[in-house]
Amino acid sequence: MKMAETILKVENLNVKLDDELIICNLSFEVKRGEVLTILGPNGAGKTVLLKTLLGIFPFEGKIEWKKGIKIGYVPQRVPFVKDFPISIEEFFKLKTKNENEIKEVLKLVGFKESFLKKNLGELSSGQYQRILVAWALVGNPDVLLFDEPTTGIDISGEETIYQLLERLKKEKNLTIILVTHDLSVVFKFSDYVICLNKCPICQGKPKETVTPEALSKLYGQEIKFYEHYHGH
Amino acid sequence: MVTNFFSILISGIFVGGAAGYLGSLMLSKKMTIIVDPLSHLALPGVALALIFQKDISLGAFFFLFFGAILIWFFEQKTKLPTETIIAILFSISLAITFLFLSEHEIEEALVGDISKIGKLDSLIIVFISLFVFFLIQKIYPKLTLISISEDLAMAEKIDLRKYQFLYLLSISAIVALGVKFVGGLLVAGLTALPAASAKNLSKNLKTFRFLSCLFGILCAIFGISLFQFTGYPAGPLIVLSGFLIFLISIIFKK
Repeated sequence: MKMAETILKVENLNVKLDDELIICNLSFEVKRGEVLTILGPNGAGKTVLLKTLLGIFPFEGKIEWKKGIKIGYVPQRVPFVKDFPISIEEFFKLKTKNENEIKEVLKLVGFKESFLKKNLGELSSGQYQRILVAWALVGNPDVLLFDEPTTGIDISGEETIYQLLERLKKEKNLTIILVTHDLSVVFKFSDYVICLNKCPICQGKPKETVTPEALSKLYGQEIKFYEHYHGH
Repeated sequence: MVTNFFSILISGIFVGGAAGYLGSLMLSKKMTIIVDPLSHLALPGVALALIFQKDISLGAFFFLFFGAILIWFFEQKTKLPTETIIAILFSISLAITFLFLSEHEIEEALVGDISKIGKLDSLIIVFISLFVFFLIQKIYPKLTLISISEDLAMAEKIDLRKYQFLYLLSISAIVALGVKFVGGLLVAGLTALPAASAKNLSKNLKTFRFLSCLFGILCAIFGISLFQFTGYPAGPLIVLSGFLIFLISIIFKK
């Protein structure tokens, strides 16, 4: 089997926002077709990392995407405007004029064409997340950056968001970088994991890397704080 | 009764349409409320224009634009909430206006006076309204995306600053024209009412944009016609027509 090509190389990444160090000394590589999970507590800089990879935040160090790589992005909790008068079709047309492509990505995430006429505000949160995934797939990206997929199950018992990602990865040869604080995702779904709490705590293959010791180091401060708080 | 009724009506239709259209964009950005304090920022400009007998829209436009930049600057420097800064500038604007203007001029600045609009004015107004209309048309998709999610917009490499600047430019131009029609106190009604009515009747963006624009035009036609027949000031009549449309839209709300 041929070695998969490296599509992202990050070296000594440091991100400072408003003079506060958010990410320190992070280095890693992503190969085509891999699933990389970034695990860490709230405020650990996970979302900032994704946005930095997208080129939204300034940084020190090196971020090197393979030339011509296309990136799709599914942000965390897009403020959901319940009564915004916009149909799903119009939402997609903010990104592409190609109607066939819109139908195609919609089908990929398991929606019928008739869905296009629906109002964005009519969707359940699970459906909405799927629409955002479809939106990210417009333009046929090589990489999907996904911020905190929610694990909630749809009432209709459709495939979970992880089954969907698994399928997309196979069908579209997608590389996936996702952010989560959900441990089960790391073990079931990832090839590589980075435990991040501003600085990387551990990184490698999930089974070898995510040990109880590493976890207590990653979430340790939070637990201590919690006990302290209840001591009063 | 005025003799230049058609010049006024044509100008009103174009300003109303552009203002309504802009209003739909502002409503989706939850920004309609900002027109109100912004329009007050225009008042010292109106005052200066009246004193030097220049066109009040011209004075309004420069002060608005200057005011908007000042808001932005104070925000960066002080980190105070935007509302606070607007409130500060708002009272200063009014203070300056009241200091320099006579009672009649204050009335003109606050509720507008369209009786002086001639053919040439009308032509300029139509031209600027059309320009703003097409500018809004052009920035609409990007600004909609920005208002749905700044993150998505930035990931799409949309230059937020550029679009916010163009947006502010459109607002300044419309408020400046609106001040002439309905005055500095009522111009928010010119943008907010058509959009609010349109939203009651729309499930998608296409209908929303179209109705907003249409209602803006209808407000102007009703208001200016009523002004012609009753002789009451046009500004309040235009805004009240907008309110009537709003009430009707509530009855048919989807």
